[in-house]
Amino acid sequence: MSAALLGTVPRRGRRRAVLTVVTVLTPLGVYCAAGALAVAALTHTLRHGLVEPRAALAFGVLIALGELVRGGALPGEREPAPLGAAGALAYTLLGQNAGQPTGHGVFQTVAVVLVGSLAGAAPHAVRSRGRGLDHLARRLIAVGFAAVCCRPLYGAAGLRERFGEGPGHAAVLLLLPALTALCDAVLTALLLRARTRHPYGPLLRDELRALPHLGSAVCATGVVIALGVAVAGLWALPVCCVPLLVTQLSFRRYAAVRATYRQTIASLARATEIAGHTPEGHARRVAELSLAVGRELGLSGTELTVLEYAALMHDIGQLSLVDPVPKGATALLPVVEQRRIALLGGAVVRQTGVPAAVAVVVERQADPYREQPLPARIVRVVNAYDDLAGECASASGPLDALERLRLGTGYDYQPEVVESLARVLSRGGPAPGGTG
Amino acid sequence: MRAIPGVARAYILLTAVCAAACAGPALRPGTPWWTVALLAALYAICELPVRRRLLGRVLGGAAPVMTGAFFPVLLAAAFLLPPAAAALVAVPGALLGRVERRPKGARRLWRAAQLSVATWAAARAQALCGGPPPLGGGADGAGAPDFPYVLLPTAAAALTFWAVLTTLDRGILVTAERMPPAAARRGPLLHSLVPHGVHALAGLMMAVLWRGPYGPLSAFFVLLPMYISCWVLAQYHHERAAHQATIRALVQAVDIKDAYTRGHSERVGHASVLIARELGMGRGRIEMLRFAGILHDVGKLGVPTRVLRKDGPLTPEERRVIELHPEYGHEMVRGIDFLGEARAAILHHHERLDGSGYPHGLAGRRIPESARVVAVADAFDAMTSTRSYRRGRPVAAAVAELQRCAGTQFDPDMVGALARALDRHGWRPEVTADEPRGAGPVPGSGGAAGTVGGVGAMGSDRYGGPGRAGGPRGNVPADRAAPGVAEDRRAVGSGAAVADDGRAGNGDAAANSGAAGDSGAVRNGGAARSDGAARGGDAVAARRTAAGGPTPHGGPR
Repeated sequence: MSAALLGTVPRRGRRRAVLTVVTVLTPLGVYCAAGALAVAALTHTLRHGLVEPRAALAFGVLIALGELVRGGALPGEREPAPLGAAGALAYTLLGQNAGQPTGHGVFQTVAVVLVGSLAGAAPHAVRSRGRGLDHLARRLIAVGFAAVCCRPLYGAAGLRERFGEGPGHAAVLLLLPALTALCDAVLTALLLRARTRHPYGPLLRDELRALPHLGSAVCATGVVIALGVAVAGLWALPVCCVPLLVTQLSFRRYAAVRATYRQTIASLARATEIAGHTPEGHARRVAELSLAVGRELGLSGTELTVLEYAALMHDIGQLSLVDPVPKGATALLPVVEQRRIALLGGAVVRQTGVPAAVAVVVERQADPYREQPLPARIVRVVNAYDDLAGECASASGPLDALERLRLGTGYDYQPEVVESLARVLSRGGPAPGGTG
Repeated sequence: MRAIPGVARAYILLTAVCAAACAGPALRPGTPWWTVALLAALYAICELPVRRRLLGRVLGGAAPVMTGAFFPVLLAAAFLLPPAAAALVAVPGALLGRVERRPKGARRLWRAAQLSVATWAAARAQALCGGPPPLGGGADGAGAPDFPYVLLPTAAAALTFWAVLTTLDRGILVTAERMPPAAARRGPLLHSLVPHGVHALAGLMMAVLWRGPYGPLSAFFVLLPMYISCWVLAQYHHERAAHQATIRALVQAVDIKDAYTRGHSERVGHASVLIARELGMGRGRIEMLRFAGILHDVGKLGVPTRVLRKDGPLTPEERRVIELHPEYGHEMVRGIDFLGEARAAILHHHERLDGSGYPHGLAGRRIPESARVVAVADAFDAMTSTRSYRRGRPVAAAVAELQRCAGTQFDPDMVGALARALDRHGWRPEVTADEPRGAGPVPGSGGAAGTVGGVGAMGSDRYGGPGRAGGPRGNVPADRAAPGVAEDRRAVGSGAAVADDGRAGNGDAAANSGAAGDSGAVRNGGAARSDGAARGGDAVAARRTAAGGPTPHGGPR
């Protein structure tokens, strides 16, 4: 059995059980909680009728519109719907409407958000079902959490005086969105872990790091809408949404240009394959496998981007060679030659406008691992693995390749990286090369 | 550093005097000094460089946020304060804020004066439209804001603020930068108006909340989304610049691999744009054709350098390899969605109208329009550009040649469009890759080598080993080592030139029907200045290679 050679047998059973819990039970639990909340909210609202229907309608429409105009994320990233989120948060926080106290409770809040989100998400749901469901479940739970925290404060007479106005209110408005955002980040990372099986820590770190960007704008807009409606009535809704709408549009343009940029880098990386310097699909395989290993080792965010770009372009130095390396397998060349190609590649990469860190990784990819930055160690191991596995095209290719990497851990390859690679492969990570 | 022209100095002083006159009445009693101080401090904090660095670190982005993110503070001041007092709010922030370029003092003063005048005018305009401030609270502290009606003074304030700012900006462009007034007036109107509308709405919300029961603190929440929006926009520009650099890198890779055609790609892009404009295409398609022209030869990256640089006649086998480059190129850019139609142009730019081209042998209208445009542009530049072994032909001769081949090889519409465009605009392509050559007519001059060296890194084997690249000529692109040795062989007869042109494809073939003779005649004259500049370095590089460096090229086969 291949797993035996990969050295993962003793822990295999336990790992599989943990994986089952993570991949099946987490989303199931989240969906069940969200579903129960939705059913309770809808029945309660239907039985008791809407309090202040005009405000409910206005916010429902705002949330629906916000869902409609969302989009613009890269494939694999989550789509932000800032306007919908801000509207939902604002409806939850709404303590007054044009100076009059509001009376919607937790259940009505959740029901309005649910109906608004469903109405706006219908066109998206047709396109991508699973993701839409995740998104809705998260939204409902976050709103439920925030509403349970703050609606009772506005309900009782004594509490209203303390938290509905004045500094107490400001404290609520500062704390609650922050708490909700944290709760949402934790939940998102959990769901992502279930779907992608990446380690939880880096995922959560990514989510928390993303909070200051769009998250803070969403929270601030939610607060501004709540306050604006409290002072000026429902007219404040459209006025307050404009800045956030602009943010969303710029975000979309940013996402679009990022996508284009990534495609350009990928095609630059393909140049070496077309020139016959490297085997077909080598750059893409190394990039995918490097990303998986990087995640396994706890990298996140920008570090992963640097790693991906460096892995895509690691062989680009070969374009400068007049005669191609046989089969493009640089890992099989003498070390001096490897370093020379790496330096040539670094010089090319420096001109492409990618962060300088990428060029450093490309330049240092052939150094002994103790002198390398972590991304370079990963690229070196994965590149060598792909070259070695491609060299022996038999069924045992991957295992032989891993064994040869393990033999090189004294000087060339970092043992931890090699073991991470083994773990990724034992989970059935991206298939190794072999077509040559 | 440049001195400020006297006119500009007078202009700045005049604006400053205007600003002082606007703010003067604030000295009379009745000015709400606390509000002024609070807003001014807020604006100053927003503009301080320290804050930028801090927030930049939190957001994790390197790109600085452009000015303008905090105009809502100024517009809120225009709504909240009497005009004279509002004019004061911008002053501390503008004086303390970061200035990119010198002379910093004058720029700070200019900025403060400009913003003061604009804020004053906005406050004035909204007061005229609204009469007493309709923002709830107002002077007597009664009632909620009068909402749909409040939007009218808001719009007036936004328009005035924008109009005053742009007018003053044009003035400074004309006086200080010596830009002609017509050029200063250009620029999309809507693009600058919309952000001001957004800022005005944010300013309105700030003012409403400021006057509301929750007090000034709540007004600050409005600024956060505005700041994030500007930050995202700055990131966008940063990323776009990086993307363009990557495309340039692709092009440079080709240019250096095929060292005789440097700058060709960019010029073909330029000519394609000329044709597309003449044909009345939309902006999107014109831009697309520019990329098509720039990237049309990207597939040459896939052709072995040895074949591309070969001197002397090509074997049929080698010719076949070179003729694969459109397919290689298409294969490379297939995944880049934004190129759209340009991908077809890259694949088919060597098709001929009579169906005898490659790779697919398409004929007539079955060749995509974009490919027909790029084919003409490609041929035109191949004929007019000066290469190391022959002088470029005059534009008129090239056009005549194109017209002769129109119908069989080229689409007559495209040829006609190019001829008309050349009549109208002339042919002055500015190519970044070309500049170093013009700059360094002295053989091996350091200036030329320095600039080319950066470019040359792309294709050169110049790191014979780390450390060998040092020395005064270290950055002379050694990729010339191969042509450097070959250059002398080339000079022996004009046959080499024909062969080289023949393999480059349709354009050069057309060029050669009459050009072989003159390329031979000129080669030893002044036209070879570009390779003269290179050869000084080449000798060194070649010697270095011959001394036993691991570089596989350099020796004649």
